[in-house]
Amino acid sequence: MAVEKMALAKAINESLRRALETDPKVLVMGEDVGKLGGVFRVTDGLQKDFGDDRVIDTPLAESGIVGTAIGLALRGYRPVVEIQFDGFVFPAYDQIVTQLAKMHARSLGKVKLPVVIRIPYGGGIGAVEHHSESPEALFAHVAGLKVVSPSNASDAYWMMQQAIQSDDPVIYFEPKRRYWDKGEVSTEAIPGPLHAARVVREGTDLTLAAYGPMVKLCQEVADAAAEEGRSLEVLDLRSVSPLDFDAIQASVEKTRRLVVVHEAPVFFGSGAEIAARITERCFYHLEAPVLRVGGYHAPYPPARLEEEYLPDLDRVLDAVDRSLAY
Amino acid sequence: MTVESTAARKPRRSAGSKAGTTGTKAAGTTGTKRTTRTAGKKTAGQSTEPELVQLLTPEGERVENAEYDAYVAGITPDELRGLYRDMVLTRRFDAEATALQRQGELGLWASLLGQEAAQIGSGRATREDDYVFPTYREHGVAWCRGVDPTNLLGMFRGVNNGGWDPNGNNFHLYTIVIGSQALHATGYAMGIAKDGADSAVIAYFGDGASSQGDVSEAFNFAAVYNAPVVFFCQNNQWAISESNEKQTRVPLYQRAQGFGFPGVRVDGNDVLATLAVTRWALERARRGEGPALIEAWTYRMGAHTTSDDPTRYRHDDERAAWEAKDPILRLRRHLEAAGHADESFFAELEAESEALGKRVREAVRAMQDPDRFAIFENVYADGHALVDEERAQFAAYQASFADAEGV
Repeated sequence: MAVEKMALAKAINESLRRALETDPKVLVMGEDVGKLGGVFRVTDGLQKDFGDDRVIDTPLAESGIVGTAIGLALRGYRPVVEIQFDGFVFPAYDQIVTQLAKMHARSLGKVKLPVVIRIPYGGGIGAVEHHSESPEALFAHVAGLKVVSPSNASDAYWMMQQAIQSDDPVIYFEPKRRYWDKGEVSTEAIPGPLHAARVVREGTDLTLAAYGPMVKLCQEVADAAAEEGRSLEVLDLRSVSPLDFDAIQASVEKTRRLVVVHEAPVFFGSGAEIAARITERCFYHLEAPVLRVGGYHAPYPPARLEEEYLPDLDRVLDAVDRSLAY
Repeated sequence: MTVESTAARKPRRSAGSKAGTTGTKAAGTTGTKRTTRTAGKKTAGQSTEPELVQLLTPEGERVENAEYDAYVAGITPDELRGLYRDMVLTRRFDAEATALQRQGELGLWASLLGQEAAQIGSGRATREDDYVFPTYREHGVAWCRGVDPTNLLGMFRGVNNGGWDPNGNNFHLYTIVIGSQALHATGYAMGIAKDGADSAVIAYFGDGASSQGDVSEAFNFAAVYNAPVVFFCQNNQWAISESNEKQTRVPLYQRAQGFGFPGVRVDGNDVLATLAVTRWALERARRGEGPALIEAWTYRMGAHTTSDDPTRYRHDDERAAWEAKDPILRLRRHLEAAGHADESFFAELEAESEALGKRVREAVRAMQDPDRFAIFENVYADGHALVDEERAQFAAYQASFADAEGV
């Protein structure tokens, strides 16, 4: 079995390479994805090996990138589009919401648009404005889209494979602060379905649910809590739409307490939806209200303040303590 | 109302190497039209008439055009009668749909009245393997592509949001968000080029859509990738209540020059000229010469939609001026003068029109409301757990009434 340790960014690169090799209809397109290999080098070397007809440097126009990707998909291609940074996706939001998400339904199932939109997202890298945001809820709210976010190299590899094979449009949020984290990737063993959550650490006292960049933090929180004699279960949700509520429910029925962690603002964030639905599903099991840890209802702050804005070990532990205090 | 800049009256050759190869067909085309243009003619509510490619005058007189005659040189009387028939039946269908809205059978209708020549001329220029991206008003183009007209009415009745198979006739679903389809057309054309095929794409949009960023982005992407796409702008003078000068400071066809491909303004009420110019644009796209922009100069004789009230923003005399340039009337005059059609042809067509109206009427009245569970169908191709859950909840809710009724 081919198992290799690689960084998360490299795992996406290898996954794109495999897709380009195995399916002649797969295209990679975006700003600077060619010679430069993308600003994070996720597409490094792909244009050299597959040509500029399949790894396409586009004009700097996000609506144009997604709009033409829709046209290419209508022609039978499977474009994988890169939006350079989270904050730059909004010129394409109209095409994504009004066209990409709805085409299958309005054609009564006759048109499929297998478009993957890759978005490096989240903060923690000291970036300038518009380079650190977490807009996943804005996409999860739209029927017709699927929204996923890997937390580790193996998932990054396989979830990209699955996203490209999906006949639905998939928004693939890449945790940019974890691009350089290394993990083992097997190119043969599929870790699981695209939209299934995974228990990454078993526990009995409380469930921490997260995805993307916050999974690693939650594991660190669980380590710290263990030193204080608390047994926390950590759930990697992996998919934001659909959300694996069955997995969350199963965990909460065991631990009776839930804290949801994401970088995105808490207000109308995915944690709010999880809290509402888990309250419905697990009302008689819960010992405490579902608590959320995330960003504030304020523009993403300047880099020197982002540590105050982003969930960190102490803020999550604080929420854990508050939950356990009920 | 249409303000022509100096540049409009003194067209220059398009810049750029691609445009240069067909420079005389680019902006320069209009320069060859001095013999046939109605220079300096004033009509009520309008400034100087623009220069445009015209092969049939409003009186039905065939005028020569060195650039475009070749594209309709072999046209037969039978084909001319065919274009006439297309326009008449399209207008009849359109009138029936307007009537059906007034009768409450349709929620809304966007009439193409007055734009028949622009749509039939361009639609008949397409080849079977070409792909069409319409707005929501291309009923005449749909007709040319073989889409059953009754299929167009589902979305206006409210039983679906499109519903026909776009790949059945290479005619994409109507697009309501203004200008979005220009990018889809460009992407599709990029795909054709990748496939090495010699098909072409035609993207329809209007003067209002020319202001949308997506249309400019589509122009740029198409130029950069040399995509085989023809941008067909029906300038019907009005974007709901906003006239041309609220949309643009330069004649729309001249925008092409800035993106590096040729642009032509054609008399959109002249089906022959529209056919010729669109053939030219599609053929050069097939040859790998890239995109072109056609601005079909026409007029929306009716309201924007059945919900609109044009009396609030435009005068009747403007409409009257355009009525004199009616696309159907001018071809009829030409057919009659040339002896290409006799009374029996027109009588038979009249009967065919009425039969079409009846068929459309009956088809619409027979359209059933969709099953309520259609809400949850086709939201995703591969399914979605939440949709399944909500469908089940909805079913249980509906079933609760059945239980209550059963008690």
